[in-house]
Amino acid sequence: MQQQDIYAQLTTIFRDLFDDDTLVLTPGLTAAEVPEWDSFNHINLIVAVEVRFGIKFQTAELESMQTVGHLADLIQSKLAAQGR
Amino acid sequence: MTAPVLAWLATDAGADARLAALKALGNGDEAWRDAEVLARTNLNFAQTRRLDRLVENLAGRLAVPGHLLSVRVALAASSTVQHLIPSLRMAGLRRGMRLEIYVTAYGQYMQELLDEASGLRRFQPQVCCFLLDARELANLACNGPDDALDHLSTCWRLCREHFSASIIQQTALPVLERVFGSNEHRGAGSPASRLRQINVALPTAADKQGVALLDADALANSYGVDALHDPALWYLAKQEIHPSAAPVWGDYLGRIVAALRGRSAKCLVLDLDNTLWGGVVGDDGVGGLQLGEGSAVGEAFCDFQRYCLELKERGIAIAVCSKNDDVNARAPFREHEAMVLREQDIACFVANWQDKAANLRMIAGTLNLGLDSLVFVDDNPAERALIRQELPEVAVPEMPEDPAEFVRCLARAGYFEAVCCTAEDLERADQYRANAARHVLRESFGGSATDVHGYLASLKMLASAQPFDESGLKRVVQLINKTNQFNLTTPRVSDDEVRGWMADACMRTWQIRLCDRFGDNGVVALMAARVCGDECALTLLLMSCRVLGRRLEDELFNLLGEAAQKAGVQRITAIYRPTPKNGMMRDLLGRFGFSAGDTAADGSIPWTMSVASFLPRSTEITMRLRASDEVGSEP
Repeated sequence: MQQQDIYAQLTTIFRDLFDDDTLVLTPGLTAAEVPEWDSFNHINLIVAVEVRFGIKFQTAELESMQTVGHLADLIQSKLAAQGR
Repeated sequence: MTAPVLAWLATDAGADARLAALKALGNGDEAWRDAEVLARTNLNFAQTRRLDRLVENLAGRLAVPGHLLSVRVALAASSTVQHLIPSLRMAGLRRGMRLEIYVTAYGQYMQELLDEASGLRRFQPQVCCFLLDARELANLACNGPDDALDHLSTCWRLCREHFSASIIQQTALPVLERVFGSNEHRGAGSPASRLRQINVALPTAADKQGVALLDADALANSYGVDALHDPALWYLAKQEIHPSAAPVWGDYLGRIVAALRGRSAKCLVLDLDNTLWGGVVGDDGVGGLQLGEGSAVGEAFCDFQRYCLELKERGIAIAVCSKNDDVNARAPFREHEAMVLREQDIACFVANWQDKAANLRMIAGTLNLGLDSLVFVDDNPAERALIRQELPEVAVPEMPEDPAEFVRCLARAGYFEAVCCTAEDLERADQYRANAARHVLRESFGGSATDVHGYLASLKMLASAQPFDESGLKRVVQLINKTNQFNLTTPRVSDDEVRGWMADACMRTWQIRLCDRFGDNGVVALMAARVCGDECALTLLLMSCRVLGRRLEDELFNLLGEAAQKAGVQRITAIYRPTPKNGMMRDLLGRFGFSAGDTAADGSIPWTMSVASFLPRSTEITMRLRASDEVGSEP
C-alpha cells in the first residue's frame, strides 16, 4: 500500500478518535502535539489501526512508537510482508 | 484475533453515517431517540466509543429523558478498566438506563473502600463491581484459594458497611497459562490451578453474602480467552480485557446491572413457521413440517423449543405471535409428536392476520407487561424490521438464518439475565398463563363496570398478609426493586436495608400473598409504615402489575388503617413520588380519603388522613392476617 493511502486511512482514524475533523497528519507529528493523545488513547489508536489494517504490532514496536511517520512506516512494512 | 461482536443485535451498515448525523443534531428529543436506537445495534469498539462521547455530550447540555433509569455504578478494579466504560454505559442505554460510572484509582480499590474521604466513598454507588484481574487473584491465592476469598469477603463487607449497594464480583478470567496441561488440577499450586479453585469456590461464597457474579469464565467459554485478552496490551497498559472485546464485556455487565434494577425482559414472544419448526404449517400441513428426529434441521428446531421451555420453567412467560389461521397455528401443538412446547406452556397465543406490532401490544396488555419486557423472536427480517420501527422498546434479536444457531443467539443475547431465583420465579410462567385466562374471563363478563363485582367474586380470591421475614426476603427485595407502575415511592433497596426495617421496632411491614381459583399468585404486594409519635407514616406501598384491578389495594388500605388504629396514632401520612412509570399512583390516596398537601417542585405530593375518619372498605377478597410469631413457627 502506498504511503498516501495509509495516511488517508490514518487521518480518518485520528479524526474519529480525537474528535477533531481538522486534524492534519504529518510524518513528524507526535503525541505531545495532539491534546487528547495520551497513553490511554494511544492504546485506542493502536487497536483501531490494527483492526483497520488487519495487522498486529509487537510489544516493542508499541513502546518505541514516537511519530505518525514511524507508525505509517511500520504499517507499510507489515502490509508489505503480507504481500499487500 | 477476531473481536467478539454483539451478534444478536442488528448491524446497521450506515452506523458511521448515523453517528456523524447524530453529532450534527441539535434537537434534544430526536438526538436522544437516535442515540437509543443506535445503542441497540451491533457497534464495534470504536463506534461504541463515538456514540458514548455523543451521549455524554448530550447529557451535558440537555435534560436526560425521564424514561431512562439513572444508576450509579462503581468499578473497583485492580487493573485498567477505563477503556471499558463507554461500552458499559452504552449497554446501560440499550436497556433504558443512564449509568453514571466511577472507577477507583489504579490499584487502590481497597484504600478507597477504607478511606472515608475517597472518591468511591463520596460517590456512594448503587452498584459496586469488583473487577480483580487474574494476576491479582492468583497472587492473593498463593497460599490457597481461601486467602483470596477472605480478601473478597472483606471487600464485600466494607462495601456493605459504607454503601447500600448491590455487589457484583467478576470471576477470574483464565488468562494464566497452564504448566501441567489438561491435568493442571494435579498441581494445585500453579497459577492456573489457583484461578480455577477461586472460580469453583466463588459461587458458594457469593451466594452466602448475596453477591452477584459476572462470570468471566463463561465469557471466556463463549468467546475464547484469545479474543478477550491480548498479552501485549496487558504489558503495555494493564488492560486485561482487549478494547475490541469491550462491547461484549460491557453488555455482560450491563445486563446484570439491569437485572438488579428489575430491567430484564419477562416475556419471550415467538413466531411459529420457520421459527419453532421448519416449513409453513398452512401450506405443508402438520405432517410436512421439519421437526424432530430424522432431520438435522428438525432436531435443531426441537432443541430451540427445549431452550424456550427451559426459560418458561425458569419463570419467563412464553407467547406466540403468528400470521396464521388460529386452527392451523394450533394444529402442530395438538398433533405433532415431536413438539416440545405444548399449548399449556403458552401464556398468550395469538394467531391472526393483523400486523404484528398491534398483536405485540395486545400480548403485552393481556399479560399486563410493558412493551420493554418483551423479546420478539421471528425468522422473518421484514417482521423484525417492522417491530424495531414501530415498537423500539421491544427487544428484537437478529436471529441467524440457520436454526442450529438459534439457541446460541438467544442465550448470548442475555435478555432474561437473572440474579436470583425465588420460588415465585419458578411458578411465574404458569401465573402469567392463569392471568391470561382471567383476562379472557373478564372479557366474558363484558369488561363493563357493572360486571366487575361479578367477575371479581368469581375469582374466589384469598389473600394473606404477614410481616417481612428472612425466608421471604429475596422476593421482597426483588419486588421492591422491579415494581415500577403501582409503586408510591419507588425506592430501590438492598437485602440489608430491608433487614434493617425488619429489626426496627417502629416499622410495620406486610407482604401479601394472593390466591384465586386459577392458582397462587405468590407474594404480589408489599407495604411498610413507620409508627412514630402520633403519626403512622406510609413508607412503602407497591403491588405487582399482574394483580392490578383486583381491589387488593383496598385491602392494603384496610391493613394500614387497622394498624394505625391499633397503634393509637392520630393520623396516617404518605408521600407520592412521581416517576415516568407510576402515574397511576398520583391520585390513589385521594380515593381512600387522604387529603393532598402542596405539590413540591419535584412533583411529589404529601398526603394525610385522620385515623378517626378511617372506614374499612369491602372487597371481593377474603383477607387473612398472620402474625409474625405464627410465621416463626412455620417450617
